[in-house]
Amino acid sequence: MSTLDLRELHDTEFPVPADMQNNVAITSLSKIYNWSRRSSLWPMLFGLACCAIEMIATAASRYDFSRFGMEVMRGSPRQSDLMIVSGTVTKKMVVPIVRLYNQMPEPKYVMAMGACASGGGPFKEGYNVVSGIDQYVPVDVYVPGCPPTPQALMYGLISLQKKFDGESLANLDDVPWYGVGPSDAVPIPVLGPDIIDPRQAELIRQQAMLAAQGLPFGRRELPAVAVPQPAVAPVEEKPAIAAASTETAEEIDPEKAARLAKREAALARKRAAKAAAEGNEG
Amino acid sequence: MTDQAIMPVPTEALDTQGAIDWLKDKYPEAVQDDTRQGYGGVVVDRSQLTKIAHAIRDDLGYDYLSSATAVDYLGISDHIEMVYHAYRTAGGPPLVFKAQTPRENAEIPSVVSVWPGADFQEREAYDLFGIQFSGHPNLKRILLWEGFDGHPMRKDWQEAYYEEEHKPFESRWPKGWVRRAEELNVFGKNVRYPADLDLSRLTDVSEDSLYKGMGLGVDVQEIVQEGEHIKTDRLIVNMGPHHPSTHGVFRMIAELDGETIEALEPVMGYLHRNHEKIGERNAWLMNIPFTDRLDYISSMGNNMGYVQAVEKLLAQGARYTPPTYRAEVIRVLMVELTRIVNHLWAIGFLLNDLGAFFTPALYAIAEREKVLDFFEATAGSRMMCNYMRFQGVAKDLPERIHSTAVTVNDKVRDYNTMEFLTELINERLPRSIDELDHFLTESEIIKTRAMGVGILPPEMAIAYSAAGPLLRASNVPYDVRRAEPYSIYPELDFDVCVRPNGDVYDRYLIRLDEMRESVRILKQVLQRLEATHGEDIFSGNKAIYMPRVPVGESYGRVENPKGELGFYCVSEGDPKGPQNPWRYHVRAPSFINLTPLGVMCKGHKVADVVVILGSIDIVLGETDR
Repeated sequence: MSTLDLRELHDTEFPVPADMQNNVAITSLSKIYNWSRRSSLWPMLFGLACCAIEMIATAASRYDFSRFGMEVMRGSPRQSDLMIVSGTVTKKMVVPIVRLYNQMPEPKYVMAMGACASGGGPFKEGYNVVSGIDQYVPVDVYVPGCPPTPQALMYGLISLQKKFDGESLANLDDVPWYGVGPSDAVPIPVLGPDIIDPRQAELIRQQAMLAAQGLPFGRRELPAVAVPQPAVAPVEEKPAIAAASTETAEEIDPEKAARLAKREAALARKRAAKAAAEGNEG
Repeated sequence: MTDQAIMPVPTEALDTQGAIDWLKDKYPEAVQDDTRQGYGGVVVDRSQLTKIAHAIRDDLGYDYLSSATAVDYLGISDHIEMVYHAYRTAGGPPLVFKAQTPRENAEIPSVVSVWPGADFQEREAYDLFGIQFSGHPNLKRILLWEGFDGHPMRKDWQEAYYEEEHKPFESRWPKGWVRRAEELNVFGKNVRYPADLDLSRLTDVSEDSLYKGMGLGVDVQEIVQEGEHIKTDRLIVNMGPHHPSTHGVFRMIAELDGETIEALEPVMGYLHRNHEKIGERNAWLMNIPFTDRLDYISSMGNNMGYVQAVEKLLAQGARYTPPTYRAEVIRVLMVELTRIVNHLWAIGFLLNDLGAFFTPALYAIAEREKVLDFFEATAGSRMMCNYMRFQGVAKDLPERIHSTAVTVNDKVRDYNTMEFLTELINERLPRSIDELDHFLTESEIIKTRAMGVGILPPEMAIAYSAAGPLLRASNVPYDVRRAEPYSIYPELDFDVCVRPNGDVYDRYLIRLDEMRESVRILKQVLQRLEATHGEDIFSGNKAIYMPRVPVGESYGRVENPKGELGFYCVSEGDPKGPQNPWRYHVRAPSFINLTPLGVMCKGHKVADVVVILGSIDIVLGETDR
């Protein structure tokens, strides 16, 4: 435990005589909130897979993250500030994880530790694996590695502390929990024939209707990847791609289709520019 | 010992071929040789499987069922096959027998009545392959949830992120453009819904069926109603999957009478990472890093098991040369260090479960960091070593062990490797083991909590296919390193540890014994390391990264810290085509050791359940795979 150094808290905008700086600090409310939060961050005692072993090693004597005020790992989500998602998130496990997240009192933070929790990792292709916990709950810090070394985990935790330092009570985008009323709980996924995210219910319903009409359902082939042609007729190519991508995607999800179209258009512009540049050189 | 264990075995002298001949004589219609190229053992008519299994156990003395798994031969012979590997606890090679069933309405009689250890393995085959086991007492899904669509290990079941049949994929960047698997799926997620998805069924039914079908003989509702009439409270208590002392995402459902366990059932699958399905799409070499993530505390041991299984297959081909002597020495060095690390970890966290929160664990895993330093310097990673290769190991030991962190302090770690190892093996590790022994073994609290708790008698341990320290603490001196020796173990001088009582205390003691034996092995390995300094670590001219694996099956097993780790590999198909396993199955000790958990916990208090689970020493990466 470090002793309280008031100079750490002091806001330099306000002058305090040098001889009083050990005794007096003038600071903002945000700063003292952030300081107290970063100095006693309680992670949840929550291990999923291999990364949990490195998390324990980080808590053990050689690395010892109690140096940063984080040693109090709580078994109950009701007493935790930080959920370290340490390992592969499976479809079967994501239901309890979302429940645990909802049970944590605000302010709450989530760290995706390791490749699996960040994006599925080496098991991404598996039928029971969720490609990253951020598909269900918001993540504050991602720590890469498989598993991340204790040093990497500690860097992640320090990064989270830095994130606290940047938060301001004046900005409710930073700290939504000081807004009016409670925050919304994350809807709990349902284990049906496959995992069902209630937030996707509308999309799934549309797809089920397609299936009922005997139309292609679920799997979708991407529009053929356009190969950059060596400057023959880039102008003709552009509308063709955009049309193709919107046609297949529009019936599915207009928002996504718009995004796809935008991206395709941007890609086409880039290709055209590149082709033009190459043409100039030639 | 019961009748079963001391029953005279008239044919014990028979070797495997003799046993097969005996079976064919006795059941001429029902037993045939497996004549496929590269295969061994016998194919048994499924209608007579139970009868023949009884004969194999009782008359031939194969009392230990190591592995039972299924293979889907879609497109080859269009049937599903159950493969059983039975061993004698006296030692020796296995008797392999198989039962075949058509893919439609697949049904095979259960052998749980013969070997109770087949319980979870058959449930897994039902879950992943959809085989109905007639006569199974509690057949329901084990790794996936009730209501899941389809049986994913069948070859015609396609995944949501399905890209190609095998790795390496043609290209994830076709013509230089990135394609993410998510983009192929309209939901943007790794999900796949059946075309006839019933939207009115969007409620979670997996939990209800879990409680109803858990074989407790009571319904949740009924208990509440009964409670008004009976004086004791009968409750169903759920522990996990988020629980500090379940060693991961493990879950137990216990039925309690007061504080006493009436029945207990493990629920798993919360870390089911589709290891075997991914393994079938990987090329052979690509599975090595995945095996690291099975039992992630002892990754080197997993490497060893897998390379041994594949080397057995490779040995049937022409261009195979066995690993060099130095490679085998290094492998044994790594595996025995891993065993010590694992047991230190197991003892530390057993004390955690006993209520001595974290302090003993901190002492126990302090030396682990030294071993991990060595692994990191040699293999490049602390935990996921990915170190062994077919016919050798990836790298020789480095001359010096450096710090990998680039800091001003990088002189902190700079040792001569052999000096480091010598100090570690001769001084640090024994000291650490003695320290644990000194503080814990005579502790009154530990003795009171651990002695006489969770007793597993020897005949039950064998019947339930328990392995490793769990089996040996039950007075069964069975160790794969001696029963079916591999690598350089035959020439090493060590004892198979055994303890007589089969309770938690003996399981703690046997881990201390095994660590001491490991130190004894490591001292002999050190001499061999010095003697072979500078020799090749690969046989043949160079490392073979993409081996041509001959058609056939193989079952390689090693004595991993947690028990017998087996890999069942099937290679099928075009030698010029993609080289990936047709079937890749892991016989996971953590998984099968959980089969007797319910029996061991019955009659004990809730607090003891945690201790008994801790004494089995499971790791969820391997349990759920």
